[in-house]
Amino acid sequence: MSNNSGPSRRKFLTTGLAAGVAATGARAGDPAITDVQPWAQVLGKGVDERGYGVPSPHEAHVLRKSVPWLTAEDTSSINFTPLHQLDGIITPNGLAFERHHSGVAEVDPAEYRLMINGLVDTPMVFTLQDLMRFPRHNKVYFLECTANSGMEWRGPQLNGVQFTHGMMHNVMYTGVMLQDVLAEAGVKTEGKWLLAEGADAAGLSRSIPMEKALDDCMIAFKMNGEALRPEQGYPARLVLPGWEGNMWIKWVRRLEVGDQPWHHREETARYTDLLASGNSRRFTWVMDAKSVITEPSPQAPILHGKGPTVITGLAWSGHGVIPRVDVTIDGGVNWHQARVDGPSLDKSLHRFYFEFDWDGKPLLLQSRAHDTTGYVQPTKDALRKIRGEVSNYHNNGIQTWSVDSDGVVENVEIS
Amino acid sequence: MWKFLSLFFLFSTPILAEEIGRIAAPEEIAAWDIDIRPDGLGLPEGSGTVAEGEGIFEVQCAACHGDFGEGVDRWPPLAGGFDTLDSERPLKTVGSFWPYLSTVWDYVNRAMPFGDAQSLNVDEVYALTAYIMYLNEIVDDEEFELSKANFLDLPLGNEANFYPDDRETTEYPFFTEACMTDCKSSVEITKHASGKDVTPE
Repeated sequence: MSNNSGPSRRKFLTTGLAAGVAATGARAGDPAITDVQPWAQVLGKGVDERGYGVPSPHEAHVLRKSVPWLTAEDTSSINFTPLHQLDGIITPNGLAFERHHSGVAEVDPAEYRLMINGLVDTPMVFTLQDLMRFPRHNKVYFLECTANSGMEWRGPQLNGVQFTHGMMHNVMYTGVMLQDVLAEAGVKTEGKWLLAEGADAAGLSRSIPMEKALDDCMIAFKMNGEALRPEQGYPARLVLPGWEGNMWIKWVRRLEVGDQPWHHREETARYTDLLASGNSRRFTWVMDAKSVITEPSPQAPILHGKGPTVITGLAWSGHGVIPRVDVTIDGGVNWHQARVDGPSLDKSLHRFYFEFDWDGKPLLLQSRAHDTTGYVQPTKDALRKIRGEVSNYHNNGIQTWSVDSDGVVENVEIS
Repeated sequence: MWKFLSLFFLFSTPILAEEIGRIAAPEEIAAWDIDIRPDGLGLPEGSGTVAEGEGIFEVQCAACHGDFGEGVDRWPPLAGGFDTLDSERPLKTVGSFWPYLSTVWDYVNRAMPFGDAQSLNVDEVYALTAYIMYLNEIVDDEEFELSKANFLDLPLGNEANFYPDDRETTEYPFFTEACMTDCKSSVEITKHASGKDVTPE
């Protein structure tokens, strides 16, 4: 195992070349090359075979998955984005995790209305077409469920990054600024809070401080260029950059301006942080800096043996961008600065890589995110020392993967 | 009404006349504005007793929440759990954890029964709220009647134990270090996920 702090391209290439030569010498000819493959001989499907394209059948295993024992049944439940099978920073729309409290509302866009009432000069109603007449903006933001990694508070439990960290997605939203829409109704000076409410059978409702609503929040109707998926709030949802996913009200139908918060179910009984003392934090809106190695991970073992190995993962912060990610392969004795590749956008996922020569010995992998405030992602022990083990929410602790000499990966905690 | 509103619109705020959207009608606001707050704002006139609530609960709620609000399978318990919040296995119920009674009324009214939301009338919501108070020993008389008039008289017990997010002072200043070399003398695996057998295929 080498502890080179940065990728050595020359070494990487040399080692790779040697391995390639050895492989070539070991067999007469690769049938993938020497045989004529069917796709190289016969005509494939024509255009219009699929009006809406779908992934290759070979990718049929790349799916959102749920943890059945976690919830009572599937209409008030959650599933998980397959982070170990994705790369880059954008989550494909069909793989973005789902969380519903009363199932997916199948809203007819022709019957969609958004009402603004309460402490406003003029209570207003907007259709979807009305919303699209406001100036549009495009922003890439991560959405993380507050309960992401919540099952891992007491110790490692789920053996897969999809399940430990997959309550998260990152897409480009097209929408309008909430401040522009609110201005149409005219927020009164005593209007300090906003109640946002969904059109689903849960009527999901959250209190949002007006300062945030007038800052960077959006009403989005597109994700990654196409209409929101029904499970993501079609035809319109709220976007609250950097804040917990539960507040990003889907199928948003009403915004009420008030002078106090409403203390509804999702901000009292749920989404509050119970501490060991028995006291609880509330209004813990911001998602702190966090990172995780997505590959290798328990669902994505190292299959190629020793030699050039790529570690990759994701880092994000509700406070801004990620200027730096550190990676360790020896359980935190020594750390190396990872390479962030791709766009570094405010309150968006960042993709990082760390390339090294694996000597085939066991590894203890961790990543550690830094954000623009100087915050450094803490260990799980550091969080538990302050909060205890029953918080459920806001677990942004460092994740450890143990890799054995066969490349098999396990979710563990270390000293 | 519309004519009046239009004229009002035109003369009082002419800048909006050519703007986006339309004025919400009072009956539209009444249909959608169902939320209530801890100070009672939004509570409609109405009332219901513990005994009435028990009858509704048995039919509409007990299949998931249990006859005594203890919760069936993974469905949420509504009662009990007193003095467990500082234990290793806290039981968070209306009685042990929820800070405001208004949250019960609002949630039952907007989202329950599960799968048949907004089907209860106002008196039924008062009655169910009264019964949930009874299950949590906040009232002990089956004839107790909860109404808009006495709604604020019997607060829940845990409100004082909630406080605003304090991570900025209790956590952020302590999470700034990033050792890079020789950070530990030894490393041991202390906990494993393997063997727990809880991960889906």
